[in-house]
Parts: sequence; structure tokens; C-alpha cells
Amino acid sequence: MTAPMEVPGDAVQAEPEAVLAGMGKAIEGRSLRQIAWLRLKRDRVAMAGGVVVVILVVAAAVAFVLDRVFGLIPTTQFNQPLIDPDLQIPKGVFGGLSVDHPLGVEPVNGRDLLARIFAGSWVSLLIAFLSTVVSVVIGTVLGVIAGFFGGWVDTLISRLMDVFLAFPLLLFSLALAGVVPDNAFGLSGDALRIALLIFIIGFFNWSYIGRIIRGQTLSLREREFVDAARSLGARAPHILFRELLPNLAAPILVYSTLLIPTNVLFESALSYLGVGVRPPTPTWGGMLSDATQYYQIDPEFMLVPGIAIFITVLAFNLFGDGLRDALDPRAR
Amino acid sequence: MKRKRVMAAVAVASALAVGLTACGGGGGSSSNNTAGGASGFNAGADKVVNPSDAKGGVIKMANSGDWDSLDPGDTYYAYSWNFVRLYGRSLVTFQSAPGAEGAKLVPDLAESLGKPSDDSKTWTYKLRSGVKFEDGKTVTSKDVKYAVERSLDKTVFPNGPTYFNDYLDLGDYKTPYSDPTPDKLGLKAIETPDDSTIVFHLKTAFSGFDYFAMLPSTIPVEQAKDTGSKYKEHVVSTGPYMFKENNLGKNFTLVRNPQWDQKTDPVRKALPDEYDVSLNVNADDIDNRLLSGDLDVDIAGSGVQAAAQGKILSDQAKKANADDPTVARLWYTSINGDVAPLDNVHCRKAVEYAADKTGYLAAYGGQTGGQVATNMMPPIIPGAESFNTYETPNNAGDPAKAKQELQACGKADGFETNISYRAERPKEKAAAEALQQSLSKAGIKLTIKPFPTGDYYKLYAGKPDYAKSNNLGLMINGWGADWPDGFGFLSQIVDSRVIRASGGNTNLSVKDPAVDALIDKALTTTDTSAREKVWVDVDKKVMDDAYTLPGLWSKGLLYRPPHLTNVFVSNGYQMYDYLALGVKK
Repeated sequence: MTAPMEVPGDAVQAEPEAVLAGMGKAIEGRSLRQIAWLRLKRDRVAMAGGVVVVILVVAAAVAFVLDRVFGLIPTTQFNQPLIDPDLQIPKGVFGGLSVDHPLGVEPVNGRDLLARIFAGSWVSLLIAFLSTVVSVVIGTVLGVIAGFFGGWVDTLISRLMDVFLAFPLLLFSLALAGVVPDNAFGLSGDALRIALLIFIIGFFNWSYIGRIIRGQTLSLREREFVDAARSLGARAPHILFRELLPNLAAPILVYSTLLIPTNVLFESALSYLGVGVRPPTPTWGGMLSDATQYYQIDPEFMLVPGIAIFITVLAFNLFGDGLRDALDPRAR
Repeated sequence: MKRKRVMAAVAVASALAVGLTACGGGGGSSSNNTAGGASGFNAGADKVVNPSDAKGGVIKMANSGDWDSLDPGDTYYAYSWNFVRLYGRSLVTFQSAPGAEGAKLVPDLAESLGKPSDDSKTWTYKLRSGVKFEDGKTVTSKDVKYAVERSLDKTVFPNGPTYFNDYLDLGDYKTPYSDPTPDKLGLKAIETPDDSTIVFHLKTAFSGFDYFAMLPSTIPVEQAKDTGSKYKEHVVSTGPYMFKENNLGKNFTLVRNPQWDQKTDPVRKALPDEYDVSLNVNADDIDNRLLSGDLDVDIAGSGVQAAAQGKILSDQAKKANADDPTVARLWYTSINGDVAPLDNVHCRKAVEYAADKTGYLAAYGGQTGGQVATNMMPPIIPGAESFNTYETPNNAGDPAKAKQELQACGKADGFETNISYRAERPKEKAAAEALQQSLSKAGIKLTIKPFPTGDYYKLYAGKPDYAKSNNLGLMINGWGADWPDGFGFLSQIVDSRVIRASGGNTNLSVKDPAVDALIDKALTTTDTSAREKVWVDVDKKVMDDAYTLPGLWSKGLLYRPPHLTNVFVSNGYQMYDYLALGVKK
């Protein structure tokens, strides 16, 4: 190292910003949101999940428009000439793959699988999304109130959560299906069934998120900024919704993304028990339960809805995991 | 055989198979009747396969479920009525013969069929001499009377049929377990003038009483050995086999009964030395073991599962060892006349014409699963006639004719109604979707409504006011006969007097006094062929009323491993006759 003893004077006086500016970067304060977004962007697996989620949502929206507005998807078109009359399954390999039916056709009646999977996407995702919204809204509101106020309010809401956790949900939904008439609440047909499913799935799942939110609130309400707000004279609603709620955004977001796939599966269970959307309207869960009697002979019929549900569940789970990591790095 | 039998059948019934429309010839029978007995696909349906008199060996049977009870007085499954004859002898039984001959009644414990008197209200049977229980005691008419008496007690024995409760002139007699008479034989409706004579007195005339004498509840029970609801743990045998080991819910073994004498028994062959029966075995596992030869008989006898059906039908060698007999079971749809506009016969007829029955058949597995039904009574029932009141091209529905009927009904633009089915039954769902499809071509719009299987009859479709207020215009339904006879098949599904407002009905729609009158006529007609004609008239009248839309007469694909001898399907039980079977050692 043969560096000269004397260094140029202007260099000594240079400000750090100028050095950085020379490197082409400006220092800027980053908000928590930006930091999370940066972390999320770096997580390629989560981003892949997110892209798939976006594609699924767009596809479901397109399917809804084509199916319900224009009636263009041939979900109920029987194609019995395509069925092997000896075995009652589609002719050809993999459920009768062909140019006309790229995913094959159903056994017995030969309805096109692609059309049914596509049309089924909006039913399944709509139910999963809206029921998640219902549980998250109820769970968050009650969880925050219980955690913040404590005392008898907490006791009351917590016991209510216990009641809902212990509720025999399947029995209740079976009973409800028999009781609800064809026209109720101004709805009928599929709209009524979908609304009913959203209510059943959403209303009886809020206690899980409610407990998580209550726990988070319990620790948040002892923090300094809450004390500060209170000492400045803020009232309970302000503290609840302006101070606490933004800090609960992370668990709410993460839990929602993880609840959606659970609800897709729950909808399929209900469809199997005859409580779900009525045939011939396709849902992924309904298609999967129809396939159980054929899977040994014609696995295609089970693979198609199975893979659709698998991709949805996986994408939401990966995205949800990445989101959690991004919002709460300590959990890594 | 009430719902239980239907349920058992559906659990195991075939899922896939054959045939849709026009060319109905594929996969027909190719039986060649040589001196060595018949062989080939469907050969066992009306001929003996591998005839043999060689004794010895063990027959291994398996059941995907369990018996309702091994007690002869407490059982209502067809396979059980078939099997119970190995360890018990009822007064009368079905002849052990292939095909239609197997639906004929022959005397078993009795010397001859029943002798009616008093306009068929009194029936007398004489017992064979020399029949003994497994403990050596001689069977008397009092043992038969006691057996029938105890079967009346539906709190101890809830499973069995209630024909004796319904038809015997019971008075206020309830059960031998609370009978004050010392010998517990206080029932006046059954007399035993001597040890070999038994006389039944009925409330109303009933010409088909021999079918009641065929019920397992006439298998004699020794009063000293009766342990009530525990008797099923060790039934005291009167047949060629007796219980050696019985682990309820798991397995049991039958071995030869030394007290049984071939000379007293013209019905049974008793070829194998032993029967090993396993219970609660996975249904697909049973099929695989049958195909590999590890197992001899699937005791439920209602057909292999979908997976095995594919394997059998696609392999000529295996197919040659299979039979596809028609059974006395109808899958149909009830048309509810309580619901407008189906209260108008023309609207009901529109449904009959519009329905595509090939789609209905496809839903139940196509040609292997059954044949298109044009009327109610399955053709294997003696005396049944096939006729078609609502002829459509290839049974595929005729929207034009349906529209004419709609015009006559005043609903030229069609109408809307609901169709119900049992949620846990994918075949009924497929049938509902097929009907929705075909009826829509005539302008009849169906909304599909599934209901839980367990309460389908009790709370929903089988409850008249529920069905009416919920507009269940069409209700998917099914029925299997208790025995192959007009009474055994039709009485519970077309007689309007069996409909109870409280629910639990199996007759969901047929309400016609003319039908009821014809049924009464059949009950009092003693001459068999004349009676069979009356039942055909009942069938025709029901079809004229259009209260029911017959879908298909069911079939079940049965597999007989090649080492099983003396195999044939008996029309009495519509499965392999368990009295004749033997096995090559």
C-alpha cells in the first residue's frame, strides 16, 4: 500500500450524501409497507403463488361473465355418443381427450370437463372468497372488542367463540338444507344456495380468527402508542379502529389467504352431503365427489377437479406464507 | 325387501357398464349347453354351471357388511333368507333350481304346500317326520308355533318382516315373553292339534300364504334354548349345518350337523363340509379375492363393485365366469299427483312421454346395470307381463307427444317442478340430471333437490305433506320385492292404503281406489295363474294412471370362481342358490 500521506482537502469535506449521490442512489425513508413489499418481491415462491392467484381470480371472473351473463359455457351438454356403451366411461384414453374436449368428458353423460371446471371456478372461488370475508369481518370485530375491553365483554365473547367451536356444523347444515325453502330473502335457485353456503361456511368459522385477533389485541393494547393515544384523550372507537386495527392488518391478511383454500375444501364436503350448490351447476367439490366411484377405472375424472383444487390451495398457501414472512420477519 | 334390501343393493350395486341406445345387442349371453353343464357369460342365470355331487371341501364367503341378525326370526336381507336355510328349515322354501324354477315354492319342513280352507283364511301344514334339532330333539309343530310367536315381538326382534303381525288374527296377543300361559303357547291364531300339524288363522283372506310360510320366522325354535335377543349367538340348527364358532361382527363357521338326515330333506344337497364366513370385509377387497380365487362367494349377492366390473367385462376369460341376472328390483320415479299441475293426468303423461329412459338406464350402469323398464313388475316375477303404455322411439323419449299431452293439460308452454333424490347416491343424481335434460326438451323444467338418504322416506319424499308443500313433483325411488310375486313386489308401492301421513312411506304417489280394489281381488284369488293375471291388471292400471315413471329393472354382475361347482342363479332370491353350491378340492 503506497498511498500518499496527504489526501485532497475537498474529499475530506465531502458530505456522505454526495458520496452516495455519486453512486446514483438517494437515501429515502421507507415505510413498513414498502419494506414488506420489497421482501415479498424477493420471495419468488410467494410471488409465483400470487401470480397464480391473480390468474385464478381473473379466470373465475371471466367464467362468471361467460357462464351467467352470456350462457356460453356448455356445462350441461350431454355427449353420450362419446361414452363406451360397454363400460359407461368415455371412449379413448384419459377420459376421452380430444380437440373438442381438451380435458376429456364425464363418464355416463359425457359432459365436457373443461367447460365444467371453468364454470365451476367462479362458484367455488366466489363461495370461498365471500365466506372468508364473512368470517374475517365478524372475527376481527369481535376479537378486537374482546381483547381491548377485557372483563365481562371478553368473557362473553370468548365463551361465544367456544360455543361456535363446539357447534356440530355438519348436522346443522344438513338440517338447514331441508328447512330453507326455494325462495327466501329475495333469492332463489343457485343464488340462494350460494348465499346459504357462504353464510354457513363464513358464519361458523369466525371464531378461529376471532381468537387470533383477540390474542394480538391483548398484547397491542399495552403498547406505548395506545397509552399515548389514550392520554391524548382518544376514545375507544378511535383507538380500536385507527390505532389497533392497522397493526392487526398483517395477521388478518395472512389468515384470510390461508382460510380461502380451507373453504374451497369445505364447500366440496358440503356438496358431497347434498347441502351444496344443486346439480347440474358444477362446482369443483361436487365434481370431485362424483369422481369417487370412477377413480379406479377412469382417473381423469378425478384428476381434473383434483388438480384444480390442488393448484388453488397451493397457490393461496404459498402466497399466504410469503405474505406472513414479509409482514412479520421475526416469524421466519 | 323394504328399504334395507334396496340400500344393501345400492351400496354394492354396479356403477359402470354397458349400453346406451339403439344397438342393445352387445355383450349378450353366449352360453353353450354341453353335457358337462353350462359355461360362459350369463350361463348361471338359467342353467347349472359345473354340476357336481362331490362332497367335501370348504366354501369361503365374505360380506362387505354384517347381517342384521343371524336369528331366523329377526332378519330381512335377501342373502340372509337364502343363507339361513343352511342352518334352518322353514315350512316352505324356494326350490333349489336354476332360473324361473327357483322361484317356485316347495315344501321343506312341511310335507306339502299349505292347504287353505275357510276362503283362504285358514291354512294347515303337516310336518315331515324325523326332522331333529342339532341337540337330537325331534322338531314338533309347537316349535314352529313358538318361533312364529317370538318373531311377533318387534321390540326384541326389530329387523324381520311384519307379515305375521299384520295378517294373523292376533287378538291382543303380544309376545311369548309376556305370555301368561305356562307353555308360552297362548296365541290362538296358531293351533297345533298334534305334534305334526300346524294351523294358521288369518284376519283376512290371503291366497298367497305359502310365501309367509317361506319366511325364516317359521324356522322352528326350541323354547328351552331360546335366549331372546341373544339367540343369534347360537342358533340351534335344524338344517344340514350348525354353528361351530360365531364371533359376531367378525366371522363364523358352519360345520355339518350330525342330526340332519338327507332322507328327510329333498331340497338340500349339502356338498361342502364347512362354510367359513368373514364379515365387514372391504367390498373392493372381496372382489379382488373373488377374481384371484382366494374367496368363493360374495354373500351379499348384489353384484361386484365398479372397479371389478371393469376388469371382468374387459377380459373375455373372466367374463365367461360372470352372470348378469335381472333381479326383482325396479328403479323408478314417483310422479306426485298432489302437486299442481301433476294432479292432471295429461301432465303426468307428458312426463312419461318426455322421459329418455336410455339416459335413466345409463345412470344406473347401462346394460350391465339393468334393462329399460316399461312397466312396474320386473319380468322375472312369475306371471309378470311386459307392456309399454307410453311407447317412444328406442325408449329415448318423444318430446312431440309430450307436448300434445301438455296441450291437453292446459300447459302448452310446459311447467316447472322439482325432482328429489337421495344425496349420497350418485346414480340417483345422474338419473335426476338425465331426466332434467330430457324433460326440458318438452318444456318441463326440473329443479334438482337432493335430500339426506337416511331420512328420505321418513321426513322428505316419504312424508306426504312435506312432499306437497315443497312441490316435489317427481321423486326418484326404488323398490325390491320381498319375494318374486305380485303381492311381494307391488303391495307396498301401489296400495294407497299403506300411505301414512306421518311419513316413512314407500308408496310415494299411487293413490287410486281402482288399484286398491284390484289388489283386494288378487288377495282373495286362490288360483295361482288367475291371481298372477290380476296383478298384471294392477300393473296396467297403475301405468294408465301415470303415477310412476319406471326407469329400469335392475341387474347385478355376479362372479363365480371356476372352482365353484353346482352354481346357478335362483329367481327366488335373484342370486346364487346357496343350498346347491359345492367346491372342487
